[in-house]
Amino acid sequence: MVSFTIDGQPVEAKEDQNVLEVALDEGFDIPHLCYNENVKPYGACRLCLVEVSRKGRSRITTSCNYPVMEGIEVFTSTEKVLRARKMVMELLLAMCPGSKLLQEMAKEMGINEIRFKKEDKDCILCGLCARVCDEVVGAHAIQFAFRGDRREVCPPFMEQPKDCIACGACVVVCPVNVIGMKEEGDERTITRWKRTLKMKQCKICGNYFAPWYQLEKFREKANLPKDFFDVCYTCRS
Amino acid sequence: MTRSEIEMIINKYGNKESSILAILQDIQAKEKYLPREALELVGEKLNIPISKIYRIATFYRAFSLMPRGKHEICVCMGTACHVRGAQRIVDQIKLELGIRPGETTRDQNFTLETVNCLGVCAAGPVVAIDGEYFGKMSPAKVEETLKKFWSEKKKEEANGKT
Repeated sequence: MVSFTIDGQPVEAKEDQNVLEVALDEGFDIPHLCYNENVKPYGACRLCLVEVSRKGRSRITTSCNYPVMEGIEVFTSTEKVLRARKMVMELLLAMCPGSKLLQEMAKEMGINEIRFKKEDKDCILCGLCARVCDEVVGAHAIQFAFRGDRREVCPPFMEQPKDCIACGACVVVCPVNVIGMKEEGDERTITRWKRTLKMKQCKICGNYFAPWYQLEKFREKANLPKDFFDVCYTCRS
Repeated sequence: MTRSEIEMIINKYGNKESSILAILQDIQAKEKYLPREALELVGEKLNIPISKIYRIATFYRAFSLMPRGKHEICVCMGTACHVRGAQRIVDQIKLELGIRPGETTRDQNFTLETVNCLGVCAAGPVVAIDGEYFGKMSPAKVEETLKKFWSEKKKEEANGKT
């Protein structure tokens, strides 16, 4: 166990934990967008900034990818931290001024105007969708591409991603909710990646429950019998 | 580029995932761009998802996913060249060839690129074509310089006119 303090309060953590997850578990309020406990921390959104004092030296750093260490002092809302966080928030909002969530978060932080040139993007480039697709789903269908101000998350060659199984994990996980999914008849489409797959019908209830391609992949990976996915999850249980 | 040529490059670097950059560089050097089929083959052989290869291929400016021209024109836009009128050189080449930086002429003869410094500031404004340096450039000298790299067809056309 590692013990340190957050805003003066002593806390204990396991060795491989990061500061953000400990702080959130202890009930501290640190805003964050790109952090998800199911994937490796990435430090992309820069909102979870905190001040960490270690061996008498203090620095501002992202808490999501800062490992816990014996005796460090973490401060989540010093004037310095709030100022830095506000700047990050303002920049995020300038990039995606249309996002309802960002607008609300900014308002809460007391940002009333954006001093920077507004862009008309909707994605904050946190890469959570790509990381989940990579680390959790294992489909590797989408990834960052290009660089600098042209950076974006997209399927390879900007085409319908042939590795995408239309599972919808990216849809659920996107913090700014800009990846859409729709189901029409026997088809499911992930709108942002323009991926459409035919769905399979359950033999019992007749509902279209999941894309054929996805079920085939699962069956292959887990070495399941051929008729395993003939009935849907609800009917099976 | 044939399948076996690409396989040879991959084998040269020991079939390792970590050699991806070196492999792509070799393909780029040989083909002057990264053909999609080559990227897909590399992914298959090294077991790297195509999305990750596409990420690398689009990140570095040294790589191109579009076929490049036979001759590459690099106009230096570094500070020294810039103050001596590099922009006017670019404008003149644009007029001459009808392409913008990053583009390739329809006859696949020229690709125009701007770079940030070629390291010979004393000779500015500098233009490098296929690694050959042309110093003290001016808009007036552009046509004559490009002439040396014209395609055979273009040369014939020009001769016919005079």
